Amino acid sequence: MPAGTLYRGREGMWSWVAHRVTGVLIFFFLFVHVLDTALVRVSPEAYDDVVATYKTPIVALLEYGLVAAILFHALNGLRIVAVDFWSKGPRYQKQMLWTVMGIWIVLMVGALYPVLGHAVREVFGS
Amino acid sequence: MSLNKEATDATAIGDVEGVTLYDVDHPAPVIEAPRKRTKKTPKATRGNFEMYGWLFMRLSGIVLVVLVLGHLLIQLVLDGGVSKIGFAFVAGRWASPFWQAWDLIMLWLAMLHGANGLRTIINDYAERDNTRFWLKMLLYTATVFTVLLGTLVIFTFDPNIR
Repeated sequence: MPAGTLYRGREGMWSWVAHRVTGVLIFFFLFVHVLDTALVRVSPEAYDDVVATYKTPIVALLEYGLVAAILFHALNGLRIVAVDFWSKGPRYQKQMLWTVMGIWIVLMVGALYPVLGHAVREVFGS
Repeated sequence: MSLNKEATDATAIGDVEGVTLYDVDHPAPVIEAPRKRTKKTPKATRGNFEMYGWLFMRLSGIVLVVLVLGHLLIQLVLDGGVSKIGFAFVAGRWASPFWQAWDLIMLWLAMLHGANGLRTIINDYAERDNTRFWLKMLLYTATVFTVLLGTLVIFTFDPNIR
């Protein structure tokens, strides 16, 4: 491949890629989530059995990943709305992406204990 | 007007020196703008579906930010996080029409938002006509099934099922 022909987009392209990937992941989880919730129409035991898997340490880690995907998709989605509807949006799209990432990191740190705390206690005792 | 005479005598195309066929006395013919709509223009046959889809993604997205982040806060953060979830917890929340409506609107908006997103992705990456068609049929079937199932569950929930 000749040097310099590969398009390596910057913040704009990578946020677009991440928005797609997180969107697909969230959508697939949503299918599963509606199905597991539907078990409340089967019996309380069936529902509680499945929800018990949501409380295991490994699935807690997946939940943390789900929270990460949803928070990014939500915050970046608001950025996209701003780019499309705010007259100065396109000019500040990069700054808005870094703002999104900043808020995302703060919220992810905040979610550490609530989402993973019980898993850590279960794995390491106490 | 020697310039003009020379041009009309020779060729319809001006030469590289910049000789032009037209001047104030011989204006160029007016060419109608290609997209100008007239009474003879046929009505658009495709409608504005994609524009409404684009608008829907943004409007539903804004609402979903509130509904989904609120949902995550209640289910995963407040009051013991995921540990407290169980049949009794669901029964307690769906006793209130407010939370029933919350979950119903969230279900519909999230499924339509996600389905439209996946439709876009299928259109982008599935290159063969047949593949694209069947992937979208699968998507629409799964979407309709999930939306109806979820709606049914919310409306027919029975806390005294035992």
